[in-house]
Amino acid sequence: MLKVDDAVIEVDGLRMRYGDTDALHDVTFQVWPGEVLAVLGPNGAGKTTTIEILEGFRMRSAGRAEVLGVDPAEGDEQWRARVGVVLQSWRDHGKWRVRELLAHLGSHYAAYSTSEVPRPWDADELLAAVGLTNHAGQKIKTLSGGQRRRLDVAIGLVGRPELLFLDEPTTGFDPAARYEFHELVRRLAAEHRTTILLTTHDLDEASKLADRIMILSAGRIIAVGSADELTRQIAGKDEVRWTLDGRRYCEATTESTAFVRQLFTRYGEGVGELEVRRASLEDTYLSLVRQELVP
Amino acid sequence: MKTAVIRIGWRRGLIELRQSFTNGADLFGHFLWPVLMLVVLFFLRDREFGATGFLLGTLALPSILGMNAAMGMVSMSQQLTADREDGTLLRAKATPNGVQGYLIGKVVSVAGGLIADLAILLIPALFIIDGLVAGTLGSWLTLSWVLLLGLVATLPIGAILGSVFPSARAQGLVQLPVLGLIGISGIFYPITALPTWLEWIAQLTPIYWLGLGMRSALLPDAAVGVEIGDSWRHWETVAVLGVWAVLGLLTAPAVLRRMARRESGSTVATRREKALQRVG
Repeated sequence: MLKVDDAVIEVDGLRMRYGDTDALHDVTFQVWPGEVLAVLGPNGAGKTTTIEILEGFRMRSAGRAEVLGVDPAEGDEQWRARVGVVLQSWRDHGKWRVRELLAHLGSHYAAYSTSEVPRPWDADELLAAVGLTNHAGQKIKTLSGGQRRRLDVAIGLVGRPELLFLDEPTTGFDPAARYEFHELVRRLAAEHRTTILLTTHDLDEASKLADRIMILSAGRIIAVGSADELTRQIAGKDEVRWTLDGRRYCEATTESTAFVRQLFTRYGEGVGELEVRRASLEDTYLSLVRQELVP
Repeated sequence: MKTAVIRIGWRRGLIELRQSFTNGADLFGHFLWPVLMLVVLFFLRDREFGATGFLLGTLALPSILGMNAAMGMVSMSQQLTADREDGTLLRAKATPNGVQGYLIGKVVSVAGGLIADLAILLIPALFIIDGLVAGTLGSWLTLSWVLLLGLVATLPIGAILGSVFPSARAQGLVQLPVLGLIGISGIFYPITALPTWLEWIAQLTPIYWLGLGMRSALLPDAAVGVEIGDSWRHWETVAVLGVWAVLGLLTAPAVLRRMARRESGSTVATRREKALQRVG
């Protein structure tokens, strides 16, 4: 059993080499119990490689990785039962019915049930939790994209995992489906204290769901922190625009409030058309990723 | 633990089997060939084969059963590739004991589907065709052991082929040599009429021996005259099918493990993109 202060995921100096290119350089981070960590980055940043190594689906080239206290490359079936993986589905099990598949996959976990964590999660309860009760008897191939995705999440959860991996969970979602999905993930984290590692290239999604965001670019971690911390931590400057005597001025500053106070102290009523644009995480993210891309 | 996995796999097999007999496209697949074969057999039922005194249909039916039994290898291979391509296998991999459960389920559903297909052909054929010895206990016993041993010999090969080929498209290539082997396996044509070297190739395959075993089960003893050495050669049948079974069972686990180890979300995604490009 994990102690409270043990990291659920502990990664140290992780490297991944494909041929003669490095997909991951020296990646080091931890994920704590009950935490939602978003790995954010543009396509090709190494997000999927990272998550697949941690899921135990891919061998790393070098470095140390521990997931629930076990090296994922050597995780046995017992370990597998404690980890939930939400796969990007395509058309697997299309002939199966929703409840049938969920109950069947759930039966694999019965052998790993403990008094603390009864496994599997009851199929009907779980269907209710993801809002698929009305589709329980439907064939999977007839589900809509959003419904299918919710089933994927249900499958990832059916073993009541201590840790859940979500790889680009909302790719291809319409806004309504995305909203519902975010609600579901938040509920999981809040009600079940499930530790979640998710990857996304959508900053908005990361800041909505995650306690901490880790920005990955070209195989390196370039920043880690909560959405607020990231905004403060990294060069994000607010933009102040005003007019004075018919002329336009613009100034970038990290201390916009103080700057504006000074402006008024000095020029009083002469200042017009004042506009303060706060540094947004989005600008920060874009500037970070751009810095990385332009050496 | 082990028995739990076997039970789960068995249940998976039965679910898949039920699905394949309760949806239109699969049902069509189950009935198309048997019905076509029955039509052919119906027209052949009164035609004599050379001067042997046997009816062509009588000789052909057991051979066709043998061929169909050998085709379990192809369906095993195709299903494995398809399941790898659509992510079914990866899902099994993400589940504790999932790959084992999946494979047990696959064997149950392929073997079960095959036996059902054989019955779909054999039962009506018994009413159309004369001269079979299908009524006796001995014939059913022979049929059972030949079929069982044949499945143990061919399904692991199918699993290996299914693991080795990268896509459903490449799977098409598997069919060609199998069709070739069926052509020379004495199923449509007595093997003794072939050149000796082809005869030898045919006798290396399980397909020939499945056909021979089926003929030995369902034909009267007098029909042995068209076979090599005028014998049903049961010992040789056991030996060749046994060697294939042992080879397959020894090799398949390692090949399957290697294939399963390589599965990950991104390999499935890559295949999906390739497949979508083909469609678009």
